[in-house]
Amino acid sequence: MTGAAPIPKIAVRGLEKSFGRHRVLDGIDLGFHAGESLVVIGGSGTGKSVLVKCILGLLHPEAGSVRIDGVETVRLRHSARERLLQRFGVLFQGSALFDSLPVWENVAFGLTQGRGMRRHAARDIALAKLAAVGLGREVGELRPAELSGGMQKRVALARAIAADPEIVVFDEPTTGLDPIMADVINDLILKCVRELGATAVSITHDMVSARKIADHIAMLHKGRIVWHGPAAEIDRSGNPYVDQFINGRAEGPIEMEVHAQ
Amino acid sequence: MKFLAAIGAAFLGFLAATGRLVIFAVAALATALSPPFYVRAILRQMLEIGYFSLPVVGLTALFTGMVLALQSYTGFSRFAAEGAIATVVVLSVTRELGPVIAGLMVAGRVGAAMAAEIGTMRVTDQIDALTTLSVNPLRYLVLPRLIGGLVTLPMLVVVADIIGVFGGYLVAIYKFGFNPSAYLARTQQYLEASDVVSGLIKAAVFGFVVALMGCYHGYHSRGGAQGVGQATTYAVVSASILILVLDYGITQALFSR
Repeated sequence: MTGAAPIPKIAVRGLEKSFGRHRVLDGIDLGFHAGESLVVIGGSGTGKSVLVKCILGLLHPEAGSVRIDGVETVRLRHSARERLLQRFGVLFQGSALFDSLPVWENVAFGLTQGRGMRRHAARDIALAKLAAVGLGREVGELRPAELSGGMQKRVALARAIAADPEIVVFDEPTTGLDPIMADVINDLILKCVRELGATAVSITHDMVSARKIADHIAMLHKGRIVWHGPAAEIDRSGNPYVDQFINGRAEGPIEMEVHAQ
Repeated sequence: MKFLAAIGAAFLGFLAATGRLVIFAVAALATALSPPFYVRAILRQMLEIGYFSLPVVGLTALFTGMVLALQSYTGFSRFAAEGAIATVVVLSVTRELGPVIAGLMVAGRVGAAMAAEIGTMRVTDQIDALTTLSVNPLRYLVLPRLIGGLVTLPMLVVVADIIGVFGGYLVAIYKFGFNPSAYLARTQQYLEASDVVSGLIKAAVFGFVVALMGCYHGYHSRGGAQGVGQATTYAVVSASILILVLDYGITQALFSR
């Protein structure tokens, strides 16, 4: 007797997205289970951010399906989308902190404005989350513009985990950081995701980061997943695209598009 | 044939752009029908649009009233009609110049700032961040600005009317030696409530239009700093043109009998 296969936490099938005549996603199939950490790798402009935005509903795909816990989400209306997004936490590539608000209000924003929590209670949670990413209470009163890039990433991470989400999305979490700060952010991502017991989806072209935070890695090239497997097997994938990418070689099947200006 | 096709394409483009603008405005206004209501954001916008625009609107209204009295005197003295200056100043300011000058000043000061702020939020993913935090950007960013523009521009115009009339009074009394009480009596003599109310209706429409243009162009800006700069320009230019076009339309609707 065999049990039914577990429903994937996120299942993407046949996802297509174009901008004008440029097809960015060309039939993406991808699935992973609760508690796993999936990292999507690929060169700049291959559609990694577009894929994540389609999963979140920030962009609407022309075709395909995105199922969360088996429920179709592509055509959700506003209020249902808002309820769905309450289960997500997102760290954006440029941190996307609100310049007009102090750091603690940035972290507490989803709690106060999205869920109607009282400011006093939300502030306590925000300060606890800031402490979890290694930032003191005094940082809570600063404005985002007063912080370094690394500190802004930490604040963005604290905001992403403030509401204890089921699924955390990391969009290029280490881009623009020095290697030491990038490693600090990777450690924090691992720690926070483990403590939450969350499912994580990350996109990056930083292989050090990918190897550290991934259970599974998928490689995106020209709008398609060209390889998907356990992170431990990426060095013996036997896939020429993956080999070229992880070794950073100019020669190979991936041709960089260089336009004369 | 190509000429006709070009005209047709431009007209269709205009209709499509108008449709997008109307859908954006309706979607933003529809968020007012259900909670949550961001009262603090609305009050902050009213302060930003109304209170902080007072100096620039007051100053322009003062000089508009002054130059109106000066020009009227120059013209009316040619046929001994100087006594009509007070009436001309108060009717021009309340019906026309108060709302138009205030609208244009607010378009330059506030409309541009709205487009730049929301545009920067768009290109730095802050608007996407709002969405992922379960906050509707139209409800949080756009609706408070639309309400702020709609409510506070009439208040600003009341102040502009008073200051504009006062500017005319200063020139008439201190430059041309009019009798102060006679001038004030003439100011009130032909002024009707409908003159002031029509100006306030215009102000409410202009305030809404300025906020809508600032939000719409900022919300749809693309491509970094250049895109934000372009959105700011579009916001100010489109709001200014719409103010002048709508000014004629509202005047025609209210006073053509």
